[in-house]
Amino acid sequence: MYEILTNIFNSEIIAILIAAFLPLFLFILPFALFAVYLERKVSAFMQDRLGPMRTGPYGVLQTVADILKLIQKEDIINKDADKKLFNLAPVLVFAGSYAAFAAIPFTSIYIGTSADIGLFFILAISSLVVAGILMSGWASNNKYSLLGAMRSAAQIISYEIPTALVILSVVMITGTLSLNTMSEIQTAYFWNWTIFGGAEWGIQKILLIPFMIVAFVIFYISSLAEVNRTPFDIPEAESELVAGYHTEYSGMKFAIFFLAEYANMFAVSAIAASIFFGGYQSPFGYFGNLIGLEWLIPLEQLFWFTMKGLFFVFVQMWLRWTLPRLRVDQLMTVCWKYLIPYAFVNLIIIGLISLI
Amino acid sequence: MNIYDIIFYLFAIVTLVSAAFVVSTKNIVHAAFFLIFTFFGVAGLYILLGADFIGVVQILVYVGGILILLLFGVMLTNKITNVEIRSGTTQIVPALIGVGLFAGILVLTMVSTEWKSAPGEIPFTTAYSLGKVLLTDFVLIFELLGILLLIALIGAASIARREKE
Repeated sequence: MYEILTNIFNSEIIAILIAAFLPLFLFILPFALFAVYLERKVSAFMQDRLGPMRTGPYGVLQTVADILKLIQKEDIINKDADKKLFNLAPVLVFAGSYAAFAAIPFTSIYIGTSADIGLFFILAISSLVVAGILMSGWASNNKYSLLGAMRSAAQIISYEIPTALVILSVVMITGTLSLNTMSEIQTAYFWNWTIFGGAEWGIQKILLIPFMIVAFVIFYISSLAEVNRTPFDIPEAESELVAGYHTEYSGMKFAIFFLAEYANMFAVSAIAASIFFGGYQSPFGYFGNLIGLEWLIPLEQLFWFTMKGLFFVFVQMWLRWTLPRLRVDQLMTVCWKYLIPYAFVNLIIIGLISLI
Repeated sequence: MNIYDIIFYLFAIVTLVSAAFVVSTKNIVHAAFFLIFTFFGVAGLYILLGADFIGVVQILVYVGGILILLLFGVMLTNKITNVEIRSGTTQIVPALIGVGLFAGILVLTMVSTEWKSAPGEIPFTTAYSLGKVLLTDFVLIFELLGILLLIALIGAASIARREKE
């Protein structure tokens, strides 16, 4: 992919820039358009409503209309806000959540960076989001914003620990930190997925299955908390904090926060899919192999990757409109008293099994 | 000037400019936030030098850990955010002499040292070899560090709980 671009433009710099912007324009923006619509429809159907129906057939143009509205809005900065940091914060938040996409393999021919520390990089770079959220909360000079930012930072930092422990236990089995290699290992049939014990047959695989399922559940719960989705959405609890850390933001700056949230949602879903559910690999073998068309395989991979990602995004929405919100103390209890000990025990057991 | 030079200067400028802001700004929260860019620039330089693992650890530990802790400390401490830090210019002559001497020594060392500039092979990944070295040759130090961190953790928890007595 990268070589092709270098050949076309005859310049490394332009090729790097284009390769870096590809996921944003080809993927995240259309995804956000679609996901906002999906979220509205999902929420509507769960509450026995119709959802957006007026703009276009079945309201499909609703998000486009929303974006047009957001672009036209006046950009308001309140008088006592810290202007410099107030303007910088959305950029930092979006940069943090977009940087994670550098290590996510969309197909076998496109991955932002082939560096071998992909998962570790994703864990590290998400701290930029925390810094950005704290910055927005503080710069807004609003008590709701500050409270929301504090809650969000505390929550993300706490839930990073079970996430890291689970990722560590998967890394122990696969022996790599790169999501690309991890997807390659789980070759193209669903029984080779990590959640079903990986691609190697044997007693190890059968022993691993229950613990991998526990690992996935812990990972999914903590990833929900890391992207501030219900039942862990106390940072932007509408009934207590107006809108949390982005209360004071309007127009496009608000839109950037929104985009970052949806990008994050897809990023954690994609990571879950990549480490537990085979990444871009097809669950039933490739159609391209069957009819002998090699070039079809990457497209199929992109399709399966998107489908798996979208499925987990859908589950996130499903949970959002089903479960009530946790209190702050319950949130910390879940993380420190349940998830972290379980993740530790799981890590040790998986380590012992992999020694067999 | 090839692409690596451009990237190097970019990160160097980010690091230096933000570091200058950190020491010159009068607002303590601004200083803390500008540190993000300093740490980030240093991490970029590490990665440019082929030390990808160290670079990511730099982001994870400094931006994700220390900086967030710092921000929490600054934001949750009463009235610290409005304190004007005294950063007037006093004692300008001794400071100039001290800084001048220090800079002179640094530049002298930089110029007089014979740097090994043989083109080295940049390893594709450092995580594997780093882990191997940590768990074989330096395993004692590694585990001692682990115990040290555990002691710090227990100490912090016990200090935080002592209030009720």
